[in-house]
Amino acid sequence: MSMRCLLILLIVGMLPIANLHATQSSQVTASHAWIRLLPANLPASGYVNLHNAGASAATLVSAHSAVYASVMLHQSSMDAHGMNNMTAVAQMSIPAHGSASLAPAGYHLMLGQPSHPLKPGDTVDITLDFADGSQLPVSFLLRPANAADPE
Amino acid sequence: MKRPRLARLAVLSIMLAAGLSLAACQHESPQPWQLTDIAGHMPDLALSLTDDQGKAVTAADYRGKIALLYFGYTHCPDVCPLTLAQLHVVMQKLGTAADHVRILFVSVDPTRDTPAILHAYVAAFDPRAVGLTGAAAEIEALTKRYRAAFSREPGKADGSYEVSHSSGIYIFDANGKARLLATPTDPQDKMVHDLQLLLNTGSGT
Repeated sequence: MSMRCLLILLIVGMLPIANLHATQSSQVTASHAWIRLLPANLPASGYVNLHNAGASAATLVSAHSAVYASVMLHQSSMDAHGMNNMTAVAQMSIPAHGSASLAPAGYHLMLGQPSHPLKPGDTVDITLDFADGSQLPVSFLLRPANAADPE
Repeated sequence: MKRPRLARLAVLSIMLAAGLSLAACQHESPQPWQLTDIAGHMPDLALSLTDDQGKAVTAADYRGKIALLYFGYTHCPDVCPLTLAQLHVVMQKLGTAADHVRILFVSVDPTRDTPAILHAYVAAFDPRAVGLTGAAAEIEALTKRYRAAFSREPGKADGSYEVSHSSGIYIFDANGKARLLATPTDPQDKMVHDLQLLLNTGSGT
């Protein structure tokens, strides 16, 4: 048996183990990542759709970025009296074989203190941190303040 | 005896005509509005604030325009921009008629929202949006006038704080009369429909 075949066998043999120990971030794919950019260095909001292909739930616990000094997981809510509230949340779950979204008027990343001036059309890298310590880097597109969603 | 009888007839015919026209009205348009009709239930537009150019303004400055009154603050990165972006879409759909409409964004966070910050903020959404700020007591009186409660959460260690606020959009006609109430969850087309109706029928009706 050649060295190459042995290597393939070895890799194939290890696959189930690798799968068993799949990190949360490796099961999650991100799409439609964007930031509503506000003027005057005001805090902005980051949104992204997350899909979990894994057999167990993934839990987003925080996010960080080299561009924004402050990145917080927040949730907007409206009570029965039409009062809007925004609160910091400790985590957000993405169900197994399911999706969860950070979207306007719901979960969002509150982004503050950018390191340099940003403009619509630019992209900013934000890394999503999961409960098991795994990470998922995502590129967010900056859109103008009055961008409609869905586009 | 002839005159009273004539008068009675006249009154009767007027009543009949009125009844008929009322019936016709009800038949044709039982409820023309798609948003919540608040006519007669909310007071006229009245305010004494500072606009985003630093100018003292009252409701008289917006007479002749349909006013969309919304309470918010600039350090609100999610719901306030979403609402203003939706109002911008509504204004775009109104086309040139939007020149007769003003979005009045009243800050419930006057400590941080100076006219300069408000100016940059509202200008990023729509050229017909006006930012308004002023004395805390004046803003509180205004929110109470429209039962639009707001509260400031206790401050955090880093000096930041959060504000809860009503999400309603109060619509006043060109005479400053309260007419309609919209919420951010109402479809934009409902607001477009009602604003077009308000613009077409004139403010006096």
